Amino acid sequence: MAEPGKPLGLRLKSALSDSLLTAIIAFALFSLVLGLRTEDGVTGLTLHPRPQLLAIAVGVVFAGRLLLNLFVWQAQYPLTTPFAKLFTREPFDERDKTVLGATAALGVVVFIVSAVFDAPAFELIAAAVLIFVGFGVLRRAIVHFFPDLPYAHIFIVGGILFAIFFPLTSYALEKAFHLGLPLRYWFDLSILVLTYVMLGWGLNIVVGLAGLLDLGYVAFYAVGAYTFALLATHFGLGFWICLPIAGVAAALWGVILGFPVLRLRGDYLAIVTLAFGEIIRIVLLNWTEVTNGPNGISGIPKPTFFGLPFSPFADGTTFSSFFGLKYDALHGIIFLYYVILALAFLTNLVTLRMRRLPIGRAWEAMREDEIACRSLGINTTITKLTAFATGALFGGLAGCFFATRQGFVSPESFSFIESAIILSIVVLGGMGSQLGVAIAAVVMVGGFEALRHTEGLQSIFGAGFDPALYRMLLFGIAMVGIMVWRPRGLIASRSPTIALNEAKTVSADLVRQGRG
Amino acid sequence: MTSWNKDPVLTVEHLTMRFGGLVAIDDISFAVGRHDITALIGPNGAGKTTVFNCITGFYKPTEGMITLTAPDGERFYLERLTDHDINAEARVARTFQNIRLFPGMTVLENLMVAQHNELHRATNFTVGALLGLGNFARAESQAVDLSRYWLDRVGLLSRADEAAGDLPYGDQRRLEIARAMCTKPLLLCLDEPAAGLNARESDGLNALLYKIRETEKIAIFLIEHDMSVVMRISDHIIVLDYGKKIADGTPKHVRDDPLVIAAYLGVPEDDVTGEAKA
Repeated sequence: MAEPGKPLGLRLKSALSDSLLTAIIAFALFSLVLGLRTEDGVTGLTLHPRPQLLAIAVGVVFAGRLLLNLFVWQAQYPLTTPFAKLFTREPFDERDKTVLGATAALGVVVFIVSAVFDAPAFELIAAAVLIFVGFGVLRRAIVHFFPDLPYAHIFIVGGILFAIFFPLTSYALEKAFHLGLPLRYWFDLSILVLTYVMLGWGLNIVVGLAGLLDLGYVAFYAVGAYTFALLATHFGLGFWICLPIAGVAAALWGVILGFPVLRLRGDYLAIVTLAFGEIIRIVLLNWTEVTNGPNGISGIPKPTFFGLPFSPFADGTTFSSFFGLKYDALHGIIFLYYVILALAFLTNLVTLRMRRLPIGRAWEAMREDEIACRSLGINTTITKLTAFATGALFGGLAGCFFATRQGFVSPESFSFIESAIILSIVVLGGMGSQLGVAIAAVVMVGGFEALRHTEGLQSIFGAGFDPALYRMLLFGIAMVGIMVWRPRGLIASRSPTIALNEAKTVSADLVRQGRG
Repeated sequence: MTSWNKDPVLTVEHLTMRFGGLVAIDDISFAVGRHDITALIGPNGAGKTTVFNCITGFYKPTEGMITLTAPDGERFYLERLTDHDINAEARVARTFQNIRLFPGMTVLENLMVAQHNELHRATNFTVGALLGLGNFARAESQAVDLSRYWLDRVGLLSRADEAAGDLPYGDQRRLEIARAMCTKPLLLCLDEPAAGLNARESDGLNALLYKIRETEKIAIFLIEHDMSVVMRISDHIIVLDYGKKIADGTPKHVRDDPLVIAAYLGVPEDDVTGEAKA
């Protein structure tokens, strides 16, 4: 890439050669992946070349790279500057304003034209651009007029209030105005997201605070779920009794796993924990007498509201008959939402409190330097085990909740991919940051789920397009993107647990990630 | 009988450490006086850090006995204790040649971690403090006071809330000493505390060590490379060469020892033994 400020001819030449090189690489990569397609024919598999698709893909790469070269990387004034400035507090100059104005105007024109001529794809793109610019300008305006507000706190408090009031408010609105909102779907999705928030926070103790890379976290989730499932189906115990039992059982397994792996660090620890996760799953799969093998365990009871079941049948007092309400299946779901919300808050509060206790500081110190810890009289064996056990405890509680929500558990739900998703939530969020983990969980689980319901995408890629199929691809892209732009996760700075005068956040490049 | 043998805080007897076929330390015995500044010196590869690692439990010695005697007469056999118990029970604190702070934690947090065991007990092993029981708040404020005291002593009070990794090198060295002192040791082991310091910082360090010995009444045992520094501050010097003890005595005694001169200046061994006999 040439330096900005060179003569136009030179810049054009280097931009072209760079784009050409990229196009060649793209061709090499895409030629097999996109250029050929195997089809199940009468005579077995046959290869079908798809030259048009390949040409389009390579062409897009070439054109995109060329535009980036000319207008961003090698330009004296990169066109992306004003858009980047939208998310800072730097002042705009005339050029920035022109670019932003032109973008907005173009967006409006494209939107109107495509709406008139019924081209939903362009409509969607224009809308996305307009929303992006509009959001950025709004942000700048707020920051401009109220420069000193504690935005981080407002965001956190707003998020918490939203989480608390969202189901009741939307339910009340629906009942009052009959808006036809897809409440069931919303609540199910939020419950799923909150489960992952809780799992992320639980794993954050092990990975983020103690610096122990655990690739088998789902094992504790499974232990919690099966503990409840077995106790409920064999002994008829209810959710609220089994919840602590499931947590303790998982914590116990955390200690059992912790003991043999204490001496391992880094990659070796990761491999052993991964194996542990698989062992638990395979035992659940094959120990048919106890776990019913791949068929799983069904008929797991739902939690009761202080002993009142959520049931349409009036055998005894139910939630609806006690409060004199008309039975609605949503009551039970809203209750489940609040159960998992409370569990997630519990995880968060306990973690935040423990960070400020000696044990939490010892975890972080162990992540920073284990040998120094031992020279200060800290028993790192016990410290590691408590980290494993605490993380596992919350995994077990989440597992117990999972079992009661599904009403059914099978080993299928506890595959390695779950561990990978939870770990990527922790890594993307920023190891050790509670807020970052929550945001990452919402985006990774909720965002990708929301992709299912974007009809606009189908208008671009054809009616048969199912965005959910591309979930793992987007996952990967998000991971690569985060690692390029924010290698230490969304929120990477560390806030001190105690301060003499004024707490200053510690920048990410000083904080170590731990070697297990 | 020399003063350090009368009331030793630490006695090392017949300490031997072998790594496979390599004999890193060969049958070393010495004593560290209760209120002395004792230096362990020797050329590169003489086994100084190995001796330190044996005393502080990072290595298990192949043979020998390391005894720490508390002022009340209680004895701790360090070769049998694990590394963290050597600090927590026998109260031996150490620093490292390549500084080992917790760089992502603040200066104050580094000192709070050093008081972990006491604070952890005050939380009833976390359970009590999570339920709001116990007297953790008081214990923590006492721990902050001790930290503040040591930060003041090493001149880092104004930087208490900065990340330890952000401090300049000399400050990091002093912080590591302060952190070791926060564990309330009887014996402070410093592994090359003056390494990488300039002359002024080095003088400051000497003054600090003197002060620590004076006010805390503890023994300081340090490894040093640079003879000139050692001669000025030590009461007692032990010289190692190739894993063997070649001299043990006051600075004056050691300075005139022909074996020490030979080890440092590289005089052929024949000449030295000949000279010693003569």
